[in-house]
Amino acid sequence: MILQAIAFYLLAATTVAAGLAVISARNPVHSVLFLITAFFSAAGLFVLLGAEFLAMILVVVYVGAVAVLFLFVVMMLDVDFAELRRGSARYLPIGLVVAVVLTIEMIFVAVSVAANGAAAHSTGPFRAGSVTNAEAIGRVLYTDYVYVFQAAGVVLLIAMIGAIVLTLKHRVGIRRQDVGRQTARTPATGMRIVSIKSGEGIDA
Amino acid sequence: MTIGLTHYLTVAAILFTIGVLGIFVNRRNVIVILMSIELILLAVNINLVSFSVFLHDVVGQVYALVVLTVAAAEAAVGLAILVTFFRSRGSIAVDDASVMRG
Repeated sequence: MILQAIAFYLLAATTVAAGLAVISARNPVHSVLFLITAFFSAAGLFVLLGAEFLAMILVVVYVGAVAVLFLFVVMMLDVDFAELRRGSARYLPIGLVVAVVLTIEMIFVAVSVAANGAAAHSTGPFRAGSVTNAEAIGRVLYTDYVYVFQAAGVVLLIAMIGAIVLTLKHRVGIRRQDVGRQTARTPATGMRIVSIKSGEGIDA
Repeated sequence: MTIGLTHYLTVAAILFTIGVLGIFVNRRNVIVILMSIELILLAVNINLVSFSVFLHDVVGQVYALVVLTVAAAEAAVGLAILVTFFRSRGSIAVDDASVMRG
């Protein structure tokens, strides 16, 4: 039990510290890397809770796809990030006030929910018996919640179409390969035989 | 020294607040704002999963999956809009996005 507590505090501290580094790093590439750290340690928290499937999905989807997408965009765009930070300290005091109030409120709510809410009579975290976590999720995901599952798929499909439509750009004036024209080409259209007189040369 | 529901909820609350603070602090940088939104959604996921585990109900993890999907879609579309905006303006400052006219 003490080992579990040490693991929790280590992972929680890493998550929070990486989250703070995300919003305070000067270089956005560092921000993305700290975001990856935060997701990794959050995945560790999920494993600690016993939600292994979601932890692996978090690593695959967030670290493998979303964070790399962020990294691509940060590196692709040639932006002066130092200029963007100008004047940001002006909103730090009000932001800190809001943040402190929000944290205290949410921790109060969390404490009272844990003491009096639906989870008050919980016998502790769920420990998997014969059914693994992935199997337990699959049993409800493909039966009772199949419409939710389908809706998630539709969301992904529409997001994919939207992203393609937004960024696809048909540029005019660039030469593309035209296979039809290439195969339709015959010796009659593709070459001509000229006899060059010596000393005159040939133009075109 | 036992780790209960309150501990996980507190971590999620702090992470959520960091996300909100990130939007305040990096008010002009859209990329960091998008990353802050990812942090907020991660905090929501920690809440969903911890309640799911402590209530012995796996449905919370199903909805955490849905939140994950929505977060991925949001990041994809947001970054696509960002790339298009950068192409037309040559900048990603939020202040420059004050008119609807392209």
